[in-house]
Parts: sequence; structure tokens; C-alpha cells
Amino acid sequence: MAGACGKTDTALGRLFVDDREVAMDQRMLEARGLRKAYGARTAVADVSLGVAAGEVLGLLGPNGAGKSTTVGMISGLTAPDAGSVTICGATLSADEFRFKRRIGLVPQDLALFEDLTAIANIELFGALYDLPRRTLKTRAMEVLEMVGLADRARDKPATFSGGMKRRLNIACALVHDPDVLLLDEPTAGVDPQSRNAIFDNLEALKRAGKALVYTTHYMEEAERLADRIVIVDHGRVVAAGTPTELYRLLPAAQTLQIDAEGIVDAGSLQSALHAADGVKLAKVDGQRIEIGLDDLALTTASVTQLLAARGIGMRRIDSGRANLEDVFLMLTGRQLRD
Amino acid sequence: MNAFLALVRKDLVLYFSNRRSVIVSIVAPILIAAFFGSLFGGGDSAPANVPLGVTDLDQSPLSKQVVAAMKADPSLTLTELPGAEAGAQVKAGTLRASITLPKGFGSQSSHALFGGSPKPQIDLRYDPSQPMVLPLVRGLLAEHVMQTVARSVFSGSVPVIADARAQVAADATMPAGRRRELLDMFDDIAKVQQSRPSDPAASASDVGNGPGTLSMPFTTNETQMSSGPEPHYNGYAHAFAGMGVQFILFMGVDMAIGLLMMRRLGLWTRLRAAPLSRGTLLGSRIASTAAIALIIFAVIYAAAMAVFGVRVEGSVPGFVAVLAAFALLTASFGLLIAALGRTPEATRGLAIFATLLLVMLGGAWVPSFIFPTWLQKASLVVPTRWAIDGLDAMTWRGQPFEAAVMPVVVMLGFTALFAMLAVWRFNWEE
Repeated sequence: MAGACGKTDTALGRLFVDDREVAMDQRMLEARGLRKAYGARTAVADVSLGVAAGEVLGLLGPNGAGKSTTVGMISGLTAPDAGSVTICGATLSADEFRFKRRIGLVPQDLALFEDLTAIANIELFGALYDLPRRTLKTRAMEVLEMVGLADRARDKPATFSGGMKRRLNIACALVHDPDVLLLDEPTAGVDPQSRNAIFDNLEALKRAGKALVYTTHYMEEAERLADRIVIVDHGRVVAAGTPTELYRLLPAAQTLQIDAEGIVDAGSLQSALHAADGVKLAKVDGQRIEIGLDDLALTTASVTQLLAARGIGMRRIDSGRANLEDVFLMLTGRQLRD
Repeated sequence: MNAFLALVRKDLVLYFSNRRSVIVSIVAPILIAAFFGSLFGGGDSAPANVPLGVTDLDQSPLSKQVVAAMKADPSLTLTELPGAEAGAQVKAGTLRASITLPKGFGSQSSHALFGGSPKPQIDLRYDPSQPMVLPLVRGLLAEHVMQTVARSVFSGSVPVIADARAQVAADATMPAGRRRELLDMFDDIAKVQQSRPSDPAASASDVGNGPGTLSMPFTTNETQMSSGPEPHYNGYAHAFAGMGVQFILFMGVDMAIGLLMMRRLGLWTRLRAAPLSRGTLLGSRIASTAAIALIIFAVIYAAAMAVFGVRVEGSVPGFVAVLAAFALLTASFGLLIAALGRTPEATRGLAIFATLLLVMLGGAWVPSFIFPTWLQKASLVVPTRWAIDGLDAMTWRGQPFEAAVMPVVVMLGFTALFAMLAVWRFNWEE
């Protein structure tokens, strides 16, 4: 199985094997009780997470939540004040170089030498991992092809768009064929088309059995990519689980918004809606009604009947599914992008 | 590929792909060294050629002889002009100075030679922006006037001796013994004058070197002193050493700023994520900076040798050792700046200021022997002083390898000190 613990070789070319079954129960990366403070300011108070081969773990939180510090501690860049990080059971302190060889870091900043060509950048980072010269050339072209930049191999990043630079940034982290890929906000400042291209690359890596940790403050990205999500705020894990598990934390999985006319007694209407079948939450504000519910099809009918019985008309009706933003809002009382 | 070599190669490629840095590091020191070298004597021994105006209001044979003697002096370019015109040209900067020989200069200067008579006053006007010209012109004027007047007086072409003898003989206030001694001296001079045929024409054209005439009572035998078998001083040699040291230190500052920029852009973090030791990360930076410094210095000296005639008159291995030690010194200096610096912007200004202090005290701009004695001793604690002295010793001074040992040891000592301080102060985590 590609990328599984116990397999110590880093056979090259494994990135491109097609869909394989990956054992999700085997944790490739495990971080426990990470803590880091800078003077009086605690950046990470207590973070634990794990990710298996072929799995994407979304690390979701607002700016300043401690995501990058967590990634820094996992990648060996920042020494934790407490806690431990293991990759397949091996700790950083036991064999730092071997530990680091299993990690590919895609930093939030574009870590590219603008005056070196794209392929020279990749070859440089490959050389830092002691790839043999002959292998290096082959691998550099392979990762460039994977991120769709093979035709720009001899161009300098200075001539690239933001999205192309981001893809090259990822390619540089892949050249040594790491088992674990740490992606710190890898789509910052990227247009939707390039973002989709990056997501396609990451999904291919997941299929190839890589363990991915993806930090972001965009809940849409986490929802699309992540098998499991860890939500952090103020350096602490506030929730963790699959997206479905996280949605269950909300009182209602779906919402209904109605712009009404003819509401006379908002308090009475709100109480009546609360009592209706399938309604979990109800809020009436002027002529606007917001309802939380689990089953849209069943509950919508009872709500419309109740409104009709009270002589209240509906000018507009919208429905939506609860998202991670709602989860974060419920857990912290703040928006993700506050 | 070895990670260390990959990092060194990366730095070299990045540096030499930056045309601005290369131009500043190579072309600028060559141009400035050429300028300073020409100021401080250059490769030929042609004397300074000072444009000087002269106004001869006397027009006596003696004043004409003085003008003729000064015209013949290769240190001067003499132009005879009316007084007002000469003054105007000095003001305009066309002439460095002008002199005016007053009416009666010939007779007054002859009589004033023995004291007692009024002295003629020569007007000397000079450009205040050229202070070195004043002592030069004053010295050359004294030489030519003294030679010409003394020759005239003692050659008998003018009756100065006879007039003086008559005055002494008629002076009743003078003690008899003293009067007798002076009259005997005048008689002896008259005998010498009568013993050679009088030839006023020859006297007028004589510049003082013929037999039987008066001249300066000494000559000089001037020899360039250095250790080589055929020493060849070249004023460009010191200038190239100084400017090379200065601009290579600037390159070291550039490399330090580059490292700070790498930190700002996240590249340093990315490198640290790789399985590399601190020794590899910092050592490769030192190696690449030292290699760049050596390459630049080699190119600068190649130009100095090809175009300006600079030669390694002393030990070639010693020369290479001094260059190598200075290259390492530059690298550790750059690393120290990167370790102490916070932001590229703030660091650049301070680093350039520190570099300018180092090169100034090291004698890169003007040779250290011009410094006051205390500063000559104090500047021995400045590593650039050893670099420049070492390069001077191996080039124009023609010293053997042993003379390079001390500068090399001192520079390597500073290299180790700077490197230790840099490692100690280096902020590894962002």
C-alpha cells in the first residue's frame, strides 16, 4: 500500500499510481498535545491531530488561530514547548533528517527563487533531499507535469501568474516524494481556475496514498477536500471530525429563509413556528423569518400551511444547507473571517 | 547532488544573474581605482603639470632668467600674461596660481641677498581649492630665484660685489676687525670672478649647471624602495587593493541583505524544512559568498594587470592566500550582518556605514601612512587594514610569502570571530 507506515523506502514514481485502496485507520502522522508560547502570548495551547495515508485532514480556523504555528511544529521548523510529533511512530528528535525527508512542506509564502527557472527551483529543492542527480532530472519533470507546468519548465517564476507560482510551490514540495504533505494556505491569492487545478492535484496525491494536512480559513476548501476537519481557535481544538460529524453539532442541518408580509405579532408567530413539525429553530425579525430544520421537504409544507392559516403572505423563500461557517459560528460566536 | 553544493551553486547563479550587482561589484571598483591610481601617481612617473601664470613687470635680464628657468621646469606649464588676465584665469580655475615679478626685482633681489637692503615682493595668487599647489609653487619659485640671483651675483655680471665692498669700506661705524674680514672676503670673490672669462651671453642662457657657475649645492638620487629584484611601483596597485576591498565588502553586505530577504519571503523557512544541518545552511552561505568574493577580486585584478600594469611583485601564493583570507572574512562579515540585522531596509544603511568605516580606517581611500601615528596603531584592530597591507605587500612592495602570513592569520582570526558571533546571534526560528 502506497505511503503506509512500515514501508521505509521512498520508491520514486509512486505519486502517479492510480486509485488504490488506502487503509484509513493507519495514522501516518500523529501530533499530540502541541503547545507553543511566544513570551506571554500563547500561539498554540493544546492541539492534537492525526492523519492517515490517503487522507486529507483540514486544519480550519481564522487568521491567528495557530494553524501555521502548528504546521511549523509538525514540520520541525518550530520547537514545541510541549507535545510530540511522530511520523509512523518515529519522532523528530530521534532522527531529524529522516523525519524531515518524509515531509513535504508547502509554506504559506511563495518559497520560490524568482531568478531561477521553474525546473531549477525544483532541482534545488530536490538536491536538498539528496536525490541523485540522474533521478533529480526525471523527478523534476514529473512533478512539473503533474502540476501542469511542464511547458514552462525553463521560464522563471517572475513571469508566472499567482496560480502558477502556487502550483510550482507545491511541485517543489513533492520532488522528493514525501509521505506527508503539509499545505499551509496553499491557495492564498489564487483565482478560482487555478484553485480548481490545485485541488485536482491534491486529490491525485490523496489517491496516490499521501497523507495531507491542509490548513485554510476558507470553509469551502475544507468542505471540498477534507476527509476530516480539525477546527482551531485561539490555539485550541474546538471541534474535530468528518464534515458530517461536524454538521451534527448544529441544531439544524438545513435552513429556510422567508421574506414575508402581513406579520403582526412576531412573538406569537415565532412560538408557533417552534412548535411546528420538524422545526428546530425559528427566528422572526420584522417581516423576515429564519427557520432551522432537518428535512426540508417535510417541514416546508407544515411551515407554509401555518403561515397561510395566519394570513401571512410569502414574497420570497430561500433554502440552504448548514456549513462549517455555521459550525464555527456556533462554537466560537465568531465568523471564520473575523 | 550534494545539498551543500546545490546551495552554493544556487547562490552563485542568483548573484551572477543579477547584472546590477555584478556591475557594481566589478566595474565600479575598477573605475574608481583607476581614478585614485591616477591621482596617486599611477603607473608612469610623469610629474604633476601645474598651469602657472607669470607677469614680469621688471623685464630685467635677471627676471627674464627666472622666467626662463621656470619655463624649463617640467613640473610647470608657464604662461606669460598681463597681471589682471593672470588673476582672472586663477579665479576661473584655468590657472592654478600666478606670480608677478615687480619692477626693480633684478636689482633689489641681488642686493637683498646679503641682507640689509629692501626685498622685492613677488605676488603669488593661487586657487584656494588647490591647497597643494601653494607649497609646490612656493618651493619651485624659491629654487629658481635663488639659483638665478646667486649665479648672477657671484658671477660678476652685475657690480653687486663691488658696490657692497665700497659700502663696507666707507662704513665708519663698523669695527675695524670686522670691516677687514669682509673686505678680504670681497677681494677673494673678485679674484675668483677675474680668473674666468666674462661671458654675459653664456651667463644669461646658463641655467646653473655649467662649470664655474653657481647651482644648488646638492642633487638627489631618487630610488623606488621595495623588495623585488626590479621593483616597479605602480600607484594603481594600492588603489585596486583598496577599492577591491571596499566593493567586495559591499558585495558581502548585499549577500547579507539577500539572506534577510530570504527570511522575509519565507525561503529561509523552506530551506530549514529540508533535512539540512545548521552547518550546511550557514556554511554553504559562507562558501558561496567567499567564492563570489574570490571571483570578483580575480576579475578586478585581471583588469588591473591587463590595463593598468599592476603586478604581483612579491609572492604569488602569498597574494592568493591574502585574497582567500579576505574572501572568507567578507563572507563571515556578511553573515554577521545578517545575524544582527532585523529588516533589510534598516540593515542596509547601517551595514554600508560600518563598511565605509572599515575601509576608511583600513587605508582603502588613502594609504594608512598618511594617518596620524595613533590612528596608524589603532587601525591595526581593523581587519581591512590587514587586507590592504597584505595586498600592498604582495603586489607593489614585492614582499615574500612570509609577509603574507600575519595578515592572513589576523583575517582568519576575524573570520572565526565574526562567524562565532553570527552563529550565536542568528535567529533560527522566524
